[in-house]
Amino acid sequence: MNGYLKPLPKPSKVSAPFWAAARRHQLILQRCERCGTFIYYPRSRCPHCFDDRLGWQQVSGRGVVYSFTVVRRAMSRAFGDAPYVLAIVELEEGPRLTTNIVAAPEAVSVGMKVTAHFDDVTPECTLVKFKPAEE
Amino acid sequence: MSLKAKAAIVGIGELKPSKEPGESTALELMAAASAQALADAELDKSDIDGFLVGMPFSDPGILYPSAAAEALGLRPRMLNQVDIGGAAGAGMVWRAAAAIDAGMCRAVLCVAADLNRLGDQRPPMISTAREFEWPYGNIGANCGYAMIAQRHMYEYGTKPEQMAKVAVDQRKNALKNPLAIFNDKPLTVEEVLASRMIVDPLHLYEIVSPVSGGAAFVVSGPELARRARHPAIWLLGAGESCSHATITYARSLTESAVKQSATAAFAMAGLKPQDMNLVCPYDCYTITVLITLEDAGFCKKGHGGPFVMERDLSYAGDLPCNTHGGQLSFGQPGLAGGMSHVTEAARQLMGRGGERQVKNARFAFVNGNGGIMSEQTSLIFERRT
Repeated sequence: MNGYLKPLPKPSKVSAPFWAAARRHQLILQRCERCGTFIYYPRSRCPHCFDDRLGWQQVSGRGVVYSFTVVRRAMSRAFGDAPYVLAIVELEEGPRLTTNIVAAPEAVSVGMKVTAHFDDVTPECTLVKFKPAEE
Repeated sequence: MSLKAKAAIVGIGELKPSKEPGESTALELMAAASAQALADAELDKSDIDGFLVGMPFSDPGILYPSAAAEALGLRPRMLNQVDIGGAAGAGMVWRAAAAIDAGMCRAVLCVAADLNRLGDQRPPMISTAREFEWPYGNIGANCGYAMIAQRHMYEYGTKPEQMAKVAVDQRKNALKNPLAIFNDKPLTVEEVLASRMIVDPLHLYEIVSPVSGGAAFVVSGPELARRARHPAIWLLGAGESCSHATITYARSLTESAVKQSATAAFAMAGLKPQDMNLVCPYDCYTITVLITLEDAGFCKKGHGGPFVMERDLSYAGDLPCNTHGGQLSFGQPGLAGGMSHVTEAARQLMGRGGERQVKNARFAFVNGNGGIMSEQTSLIFERRT
């Protein structure tokens, strides 16, 4: 036991490249070779055109906070360290993802620019979080 | 093809919710609510040949409908579990009407019940949620609705006191409902805003309380409806739409699939929002009511905040809304919480609202909402005299 008690992702065959890249501190997304759409979360077929020719592409890691909340009382005991900032980040490339903003709650606002921040929560797992962009 | 006036609600049953888990199982609560609904309709159990049920989180299992039908002693010719979250109650109504109209059955018992003993256990979630939501703490419904409210405030300037007004007006209604769990004292906007912040910007009094309880109703075709003890409450319109499961992947956080479901329901009924005498929009959170009223066309998009400030949502007001108190004051007994909007609409249109009776109520709008503004079912009902 390393003391990390929060839920960890269990990669599937389809999602394994995403989590492996996160371990290398890279953000990669699937992209449909037919319609060009960037896709998150990983799937076996494009949710737009349903084509199965999907490749992986490294993306900028830049985005904006689409919305967020400060969870002050979590629904799971694993998150007993609340408050934490849960957010939806919209990436430059289009997709939105669920993530955390690593910042003081009062410093976070809708529309603020953020960049990817790779959090090595265990030796095997890195979560893709975000922090305020430096300008 | 249309379901307009093909079937009606002819009897309702609703248990008094309790904060305590209680000694009964969910199946026992279903039996109690079902017995009430059958007695209310003056129908015998043998008249029931269709069965729609919601699966309780406190006692889940596969092949749920047959297990529940067996426990109730039913031998249905049509049975199913309606698994669209809080929209299940509303979703049962048109599914029952469709089965009756198709000649598959004559009278459908619709029921759900649950116990307040979930604690830290979460219902089983699909792998995509476990892999991409849970690690970041997007667990339970609070988080998603908070992010919806935050975005609504950002896009439209919606204010906390406007959202709080929904809980305040619905409490006025609950004071006249002996079944509601919060029916002993009024609530003010200041009290809502002073209650504990749970998930910014949502306060404790803007969030439903889980309770133990259950509800049931019987939907029948014209033949049995004519025999019913109470006025039959006819389904005039229905619509359903689903836009996402996790709100992160919805096209918009603030424009919901209610637009599609309500448009379809009003079109089938041949009516407009302005024709409604009361509304029962699903209310797991205050923001849910604002967005539902906007997307169903009761006010302009984004104007839900100012709209609820201008209108009186109490039973005696100019837009009676969730006259039972809504789930916010009545309590949320699992999926039976979403049935309370249906039972209250039927109760009011039957003229059985008691001290909270809406005068001359003929048309009602009901909206069921599942997940995180995911599944939407809109219904229009009429009392025909």
